[in-house]
Amino acid sequence: MNDKNSTATTSLDWTGSLPSRPAGGASPAAHPTMPAPHVHFPSAASSAAPSATTRATSEADTSAGQAQLSVTGIKKSYRKGPHEVRVLDGVDLEVYPGEFLAIVGQSGSGKSTLLHLLGTLDRPDAGEVYLGDERIDNISARQRDRLRNDYFGMIFQFYHLLPELTALENVLAPMMIRLSTLGYWTNARRLKRKARALLESVGLGHRIKHKPRELSGGEMQRAAIARALIAKPQVLLADEPTGNLDQETGAEIMHILRTLNREQGLTIIMVTHDAKIACQADRVVQLVSGRVEQVGSG
Amino acid sequence: MYKFLLCLRYLRTRYIALACIISVTLGVATMIVVNSVMSGFGHEMEERMQSMISDLVLESRGHAGFPGAEWHMDAIREVLGDDVVGMTPTVHVPALLDMQVGEQTITREIVLIGIDPKTSPSVSKLSEYMIHPENRDRLSFELREDGFGDRLPRSGWSHRRQRARRNKELAAIYGQQPAADAPEGAAAADEAAPAAAEVADVEAGPVDAGPVDAGWDAPPPADVAAGPLDDWGQEPQPEVFDPERQQNPGVVLGIALSSFRTPDGDERFLNVPGDDVKIAFWLTGMSQRTAVSSDFTIVDFSESKMSEYDARFVFVDIHELQRMRGMIDPTTGVANVSAIQMKLREGVDPNEARQKLQAYFPPQRYAASTWRDKQLPLLEAINMEMIILNILLFMIIAVAGFGILAIFSMIVVEKTKDIGVLKSLGASSGGVMSIFLGYGLSLGLVGSGGGMILGLLFVDNIDLVRRAVEYISGREVFDPTIYYFQEIPTLVEPLTVTWIVCGAMSIAVIASILPAMRAARLQPVEALRYE
Ligand SMILES: Nc1ncnc2c1ncn2[C@@H]1O[C@H](COP(=O)(O)OP(=O)(O)O)[C@@H](O)[C@H]1O
Ligand SMILES: [Mg+2]
Repeated sequence: MNDKNSTATTSLDWTGSLPSRPAGGASPAAHPTMPAPHVHFPSAASSAAPSATTRATSEADTSAGQAQLSVTGIKKSYRKGPHEVRVLDGVDLEVYPGEFLAIVGQSGSGKSTLLHLLGTLDRPDAGEVYLGDERIDNISARQRDRLRNDYFGMIFQFYHLLPELTALENVLAPMMIRLSTLGYWTNARRLKRKARALLESVGLGHRIKHKPRELSGGEMQRAAIARALIAKPQVLLADEPTGNLDQETGAEIMHILRTLNREQGLTIIMVTHDAKIACQADRVVQLVSGRVEQVGSG
Repeated sequence: MYKFLLCLRYLRTRYIALACIISVTLGVATMIVVNSVMSGFGHEMEERMQSMISDLVLESRGHAGFPGAEWHMDAIREVLGDDVVGMTPTVHVPALLDMQVGEQTITREIVLIGIDPKTSPSVSKLSEYMIHPENRDRLSFELREDGFGDRLPRSGWSHRRQRARRNKELAAIYGQQPAADAPEGAAAADEAAPAAAEVADVEAGPVDAGPVDAGWDAPPPADVAAGPLDDWGQEPQPEVFDPERQQNPGVVLGIALSSFRTPDGDERFLNVPGDDVKIAFWLTGMSQRTAVSSDFTIVDFSESKMSEYDARFVFVDIHELQRMRGMIDPTTGVANVSAIQMKLREGVDPNEARQKLQAYFPPQRYAASTWRDKQLPLLEAINMEMIILNILLFMIIAVAGFGILAIFSMIVVEKTKDIGVLKSLGASSGGVMSIFLGYGLSLGLVGSGGGMILGLLFVDNIDLVRRAVEYISGREVFDPTIYYFQEIPTLVEPLTVTWIVCGAMSIAVIASILPAMRAARLQPVEALRYE
């Protein structure tokens, strides 16, 4: 089944196959469960099982349902010489399964900092980060490494592809990190097929062997998305994914993200300073002076 | 997996790393070459030393030696059992060698060694160093007719007869008494015969050998008569010694005593087999110390290529020497010897055997020593040289290590963002660290592997390299006459090579530890902030 889905012919049709959004579909429960044949991303085939449980809980208690990821009272400050710069000053935020959340705010308002805290790349000075019921801001480095590898997918404004590796190898990197050398070798063919299918699904099937410097910004971001998806993450963290792209390319990237969110129910937390981009999300929150202000649905 | 991939890619894309590799390569190659040449030299020296000297020697501390070689050999056999496979008695005595060359007398300090031609081959390879091929098979102190090879074309009985005849003719012309051993002058072996004859004529002409010889030939009879025995005392026989038909006791000279090289590099000889020399040495068993001087006839040269031996050792028949020195007890007929040389069974530790001997024979009278003990200063010097050279050369590799440290630190800084990305993808600190450690290891591996290949190739073709250097520089780099080696000796010791390669690799790894740790400690957020 996996193989069938990964062929080029079943790749995502960016213009045609988008299901129309239900009116007022701000809550995650509004997303209908996608039957397997409709799933276009190869990764979704096997991630269907875990996401079913999250969907089940969110269906049970709709908008007030249990958050997939939440932070409470988060504080973070940086020392700059004698001055302490408080970037986050008691942030409370809940992200629900299958939600597409945009975080907006001025440059320097701490959006990236918040995203990094969510993705366990950094630790808060105070406050807690929860994944479901489990606290994840104080777990061991090993557990955080694991979480980053298989629970979160991340994309960045500056793509952050590894320049020495080809697009395909970049996409495979999370799997290389996850598996032992032996494990990787025994699965190499399957993984490569999957990575290729992912690259095709983001429209980069013709750039598989290219190094990042031979790719355009949009292409690099597509490769970064493919890389973020190969490990079948539950949450995608995007830090200004369109920040460095022209409008049209940015729109294409947004289209991919939206499709991922709708078709696979992938939870996406996107940071942006661009209101036009933010309004494509289900929900938008604003960071103002270190605190979250709800803005409303996009 | 990503570790290997990235390591490989970094290696391939970062050519600055090549600088590290090259310095490691050169260091390793130099170390291998120097060690191979040094140990080749040392090995060759040891081989030559050992072949002349026996494995183990039991020596008398006294000048007179100890009586009864057979008795001592039996005792040794009892002490060492099967461990000893060969034994031979020797007599050593410091002596002066006088060679008559033209009008001059050339005097050399030597060690006169009496050897037993029958048992000597069971202990040392001495006979292998003879010039005459038959002496190599079976050493004899009888002068051979000829056949000394290309280096000594006019030697042996044929030469002796010819020279004696000419001396007689000269004596007839000048009305002098026949000079028993009037020298042939600089009997350069490779000179054309007519030229040599001319030289001989010119030089031999004015020679007034008579008085000199008279002085030689007449040791004070009283001294000799006082000797415990021997017909040698009556040597100045009434009948006239005829050098055309008779020879004095045979002697084998170390070749460096007689040969020299012209500035052109040609080999010349002061005298050749068939010529006579005089050797003065101490007698033993005397109330007062007396030296005697005797005539000997050169029967061959020995060439061990150890200048220390070739310029000092002179061999005669042990029985002859014992007789001449008065070492034979006139009543019992038991002869004294200076030492018993022993050859040990393969694998026997000479030090252990020496200890056993020392325990058995009273140390006040006997000294047991291995050949290594005898050559300790030289061996130590070679060893010391090697150690110091190795330390110096290893410092070169250590310098390369600092190069790696510097360049790696740069690469870590350059790769900060990528390290952050890897961590954001779930790579552990250990994983990131191992990228750089692996990078260092592969640099070391490639560098020292290349160095090993380069070094071994160099050693293998060292003569080619030497000739190339000589051709380019126009100077002789390796003069075989100085070192007595035809080729630069080399010996590749696998253990040494392994050590060098491992050492270089660990230096590369150690140098990469610091940057690797820095990379591992990088906070992903910090790393990702770079843009
Ligand atoms: N490691 C750091 N050291 C010092 N100051 C930092 C550090 N990281 C972030 N900051 C500061 O924190 C503030 C928020 O940064 P960031 O979260 O990147 O903002 P945004 O992504 O919203 O533009 C900025 O003023 C920045 O200068
Ligand atoms: Mg930012």
